Amino acid sequence: MFAVLFYFAAGLFAVGLIYRIATYARTPAPLKIPTTPAPRTRTGVVLLMAREVFFFESLFKASLWTWIFSALFHAGLALVLLRHVRYFIDPVWSWVIFIQPFGIYAGFMMVAGLMGLWARRFFVDRVRYISTPSDHLMLAMLIAIGISGLVMKFITHTDIVAIKNFFLGLMSFSINTLPSDWMIYLHLSLIALLLIIFPFSKLLHAPGLFFSPSRNQIENSRDKRHLSAWAAKLESGKQ
Amino acid sequence: MAIEIKAPPYRIFNIAPAVNPGAMENSKTFLANDKIQAALGFPGHEIEDWHDRAIDKMGELLGKYRSLKVYMDSCVHCGACSDKCHYFIGTGDPKNMPVARQDLMRSVYRRYFTLPGKLFPKLVGARDLTREVLDEWYNYFHQCSECRRCSVFCPYGIDTAEITMAAREILDHVGYGQKYSNEIIGKVHTIGNNLGLPKAALIDTLEGLEEDVKEATGIDVRFPLDVKGAEVLLITPSADFFAEPHIDSLIGYGKVFHAAGISWTLSSMSSEAGNFGIFIGNYEQMRKVALRVREAALELGVKRIVVGECGHAWRVAYSFWNTLIGVGDGANDPYAIQLQNQLDHRYKQPMHICELTWDLAERKIITFDKEANDKHIITFHDSCNVARGSGMGDMYGGQFEIPRNIVKAVANHFHEMPEGTTHEKTFCCGGGGGLLTDDLLDLRVKGSLPRMEALQHVVDAHGVNFMACICAICKSQFTKVLPYYGFDRRLIGGVHQLVSNAIRLGDK
Repeated sequence: MFAVLFYFAAGLFAVGLIYRIATYARTPAPLKIPTTPAPRTRTGVVLLMAREVFFFESLFKASLWTWIFSALFHAGLALVLLRHVRYFIDPVWSWVIFIQPFGIYAGFMMVAGLMGLWARRFFVDRVRYISTPSDHLMLAMLIAIGISGLVMKFITHTDIVAIKNFFLGLMSFSINTLPSDWMIYLHLSLIALLLIIFPFSKLLHAPGLFFSPSRNQIENSRDKRHLSAWAAKLESGKQ
Repeated sequence: MAIEIKAPPYRIFNIAPAVNPGAMENSKTFLANDKIQAALGFPGHEIEDWHDRAIDKMGELLGKYRSLKVYMDSCVHCGACSDKCHYFIGTGDPKNMPVARQDLMRSVYRRYFTLPGKLFPKLVGARDLTREVLDEWYNYFHQCSECRRCSVFCPYGIDTAEITMAAREILDHVGYGQKYSNEIIGKVHTIGNNLGLPKAALIDTLEGLEEDVKEATGIDVRFPLDVKGAEVLLITPSADFFAEPHIDSLIGYGKVFHAAGISWTLSSMSSEAGNFGIFIGNYEQMRKVALRVREAALELGVKRIVVGECGHAWRVAYSFWNTLIGVGDGANDPYAIQLQNQLDHRYKQPMHICELTWDLAERKIITFDKEANDKHIITFHDSCNVARGSGMGDMYGGQFEIPRNIVKAVANHFHEMPEGTTHEKTFCCGGGGGLLTDDLLDLRVKGSLPRMEALQHVVDAHGVNFMACICAICKSQFTKVLPYYGFDRRLIGGVHQLVSNAIRLGDK
């Protein structure tokens, strides 16, 4: 049952995301629209993008509180994900073992950041105005994933050896049983749901950033002619 | 019906206003009539299948513009942009928050182009495109000056201007165009400039200018028109021929060319730097307007193309001309190579008048009597399209440094407005993006609030009495709105107005 769900979720996630990214890549950007001043070289753009991805530079300029909560959440999530690598490999790589203790704190960071982001949706009138039901549910879902994980770590303790066997099994197409523990069912169901909605929702902000013309274009419009295929067609037969 | 237009009070704390839903819902700019629409190849109003046409157009644009596609998907409603728009700060209307403005279109995108929006519209804030929604688009997408300030702060670089442009393009294609912008574009196609000044009027104006300058300085500064074989073709906003304080900058350009001994000309066919095609988001119109520049350059055989003080025109010239008409470098197609072979590539093509002036000043080819500007205590207003949509010189941020360098070279008293209101974070004048029309005066007055607050700050602290800028729309907008805030309308002027006061003419 869970095995089927996970194959389905992972498949949809991969196919959906690849399809979206392919759409972004295929859609032309007919004009040079970097938000200036922008880097004048490819290296400069790579550095700018790295600052956006790792430090959320623009958000830092915009709103310190949002930046703090958002950084807590994303950095926490990143560490937690890396910590979870141990469920998918055997033997476990040494750096994964090294980060295990940090990953635990990261779980709290992640939930704290999400709570902060959610609080903004209630207490800042501008953010309250723009929040849709799905914005709230998305945060609720991520918080539930985080809390159910923390509960299993600190309170109910689940059979993680069996869980690892289950996932290693999935990866080699053999189905092992999960421990019958409703907390792990909740945790895993929500993660499957997250994977399923990813390619259809605002979670697309992750790949979207890399395709944002105002950020990823080089400011060299005077030095190099930039012409999209559909725009070039306008010129046939003229002058 | 007539409401009294008043400036909103300055904010006591520099924070966003509380949201005031519906505050600007009745702000509606005049509609273009069928004749104006037809001149641009757009349908007149009252078309029956507007709904399907609008959705089809949206689908087409999503396939043609990566910006639109990515920006529709990427927003997470984080609110980073929510307090950044001058129209929101000035009006408090939540639909003037960039994110909410985008959502006017995003909600329709979700409904027709995404699975969750088709299945669970309420959940994800998706809605059908109804006549009411279209009206709302018309009203609020004409409360955006496409200034891009929001895009500086968005973690994904979402640029509301791109969405406003797409919305206006869709509106135009269902017969719902704006009178102001579309009428002006029509005038460029038939006459050659936004103001509709025919060649005879231009000749008259330029001759008058020559006499004025002769009278004031005793020197024969020429303002040539349609001179074949001139070195420089100057493309400047048509307001420079006509309006105050714009004309003082035109005199400044003429003096710079005179003092440097550069032969130059204006063109009667291409007598407009402005390109309102960008405002309505229509590539073909923007290209058609720009083509006049190309045609004039080829016909007059000029070696360089220089652009006068105009914000959005400089964005189009700097960022788009190479794409649209091949003014620039690095072309590998015959269309653009023809023009690029004619131009002199020791110089940047196109070049901003400030780049030209600053280069001459640095090389001491032109010199100044700074004391001539001593009555002016000056601040500099960065115009949005120059700041966030273009560049100058070879260095990062040249569009900020070069005009300031000129001001400091020609005058003794210069003070910056507070941080966060200048450079790439500059506030729009409140009249850009096709909103510089009297039927939107209420919006324009309110939208200038953050700039007026910043100006008040330097007026109080340093006695500033001159705000220099390099944009024709800014000049017109401030001339109109400054009195609402208790300032003298002559407080605004061009950088080359100051150059004109200080440049030494006699010894060349």
